[in-house]
Amino acid sequence: MSILALSGSLETYLVVGAFLFGIGVYGMVQRPSFIGMLICAELVLGGASVNFMAFNHFLAPDQAVGQIFTLFIMAIAAAETAIALSIIIAVYRNYKSIEAEDAVDLNG
Amino acid sequence: MTPSILSAEGLSGIVFLCFLAATVAGAFIAVGAQRLIRSVAGLALSFLGVAGLYYYLGSPFVALMQLLIYVGAVCVTIVFAIMLAENDDGPNPKRKAILKIAGLPASVVLIWALSALACRTDWVKLPQTGDGSLEGVGRALLTTFGMNFELISLVLLVAIVGSLVLARSGRSKS
Repeated sequence: MSILALSGSLETYLVVGAFLFGIGVYGMVQRPSFIGMLICAELVLGGASVNFMAFNHFLAPDQAVGQIFTLFIMAIAAAETAIALSIIIAVYRNYKSIEAEDAVDLNG
Repeated sequence: MTPSILSAEGLSGIVFLCFLAATVAGAFIAVGAQRLIRSVAGLALSFLGVAGLYYYLGSPFVALMQLLIYVGAVCVTIVFAIMLAENDDGPNPKRKAILKIAGLPASVVLIWALSALACRTDWVKLPQTGDGSLEGVGRALLTTFGMNFELISLVLLVAIVGSLVLARSGRSKS
């Protein structure tokens, strides 16, 4: 298959979704700060959304369902970002740091 | 069969490859950059590419929403939080070494396993019942998914109020 016809196959999108998911998981493990972990969690959610949209376009009977799922994921991600950032700012006020290893009083 | 580079299909394929490259490169920047602000820029680039992929998946509306919500709102909010909370003393690698050593092979195996699963499965296409137009999305959102729609608005309201409460408490009067 030609490289210029990649946009027409389901596997392309699934591989991109898997890549975003995997690199997001790696970043969540490896980033030292809470905001870095949040950024990588957004990547994981983006990978899931790409998978939903790909299945929706190529396989689903009703093509509205996947789009609605993706919109719901976006709403959840926005809520998650708001909550996580306010928690990070509260942690920063108490510890003067956003490094995960500094907040050890949480016994995590 | 290979479409010519100068035909409409070839040009569309090149644009698709650009979006693909933006997604992958943005994800690498978001994970690998030392400074958090560069990481957010990589995240924005990656989501710009993902919005392009959504466009190629036949849904310009979701692509627009991706740009509005992720690139427009989420990334800007994270930039604000970095302005408020980032340490000034530069990168400070304190993460446990075992996580860094074990994380890379684990995630590579994860990506490989998911990709192999996607490529080797014989996906079955079901008969179409809806065309996925914006009108269909709106109709399903207010009929089939009406309850979920209300619940998601409730979740957003609770999240906004909760984040206000969390960010406000502990702030001193001075």
